Amino acid sequence: MLLAKIVGTVVATRKDPRLVSNKLMVVRSVDPRGKAEGNYLVAIDTVDAGVGETVLVVSGSSARMASGLKDCPVDAAIVGIIDEIEMNE
Amino acid sequence: MQLARVVGDVVVTRKDENLAGITLLIVQPLTPDRQPAGRPIIAVDSMGAGVGEEVFFVRGKEASFPFYPALPPVDAGIVGIVDHWDLADRAARIG
Repeated sequence: MLLAKIVGTVVATRKDPRLVSNKLMVVRSVDPRGKAEGNYLVAIDTVDAGVGETVLVVSGSSARMASGLKDCPVDAAIVGIIDEIEMNE
Repeated sequence: MQLARVVGDVVVTRKDENLAGITLLIVQPLTPDRQPAGRPIIAVDSMGAGVGEEVFFVRGKEASFPFYPALPPVDAGIVGIVDHWDLADRAARIG
């Protein structure tokens, strides 16, 4: 899983029927200190997250294990909103 | 999924039988600023996307799901045509 920050939203009228009524977010992966690392992804939001929040993103086939995404053609899902990260170094 | 622009199409006559009838397009992954992000790849299309359109595509075996119960041997597939995306710091609209 990766840490990411939500930087925007995507609007797509024409999409796979199994994606209808899902929220699509543009996220950018960040390091544990919140610094952007470069990669942008489009992820399905399953936890009602908002733009600007730091979230937990699951990618690959496991994204389909997020709630409501069984058998959906997705490879990235937001499955948590980060409250706080503690780094011990 | 990743944002991308459709930049071409591919014609393949001799192919896996499960690929028959499936459109193959060349997509260039994009950053939200519409800059190229990595190399173009070939993705299958179930949405009717055309060259020049902005789309998002899925990687991995999920790319075959739109063709269920057929199981084409594919690893990237367009699953949506983007109307526009909005960024927190500025709007990035098509047209």
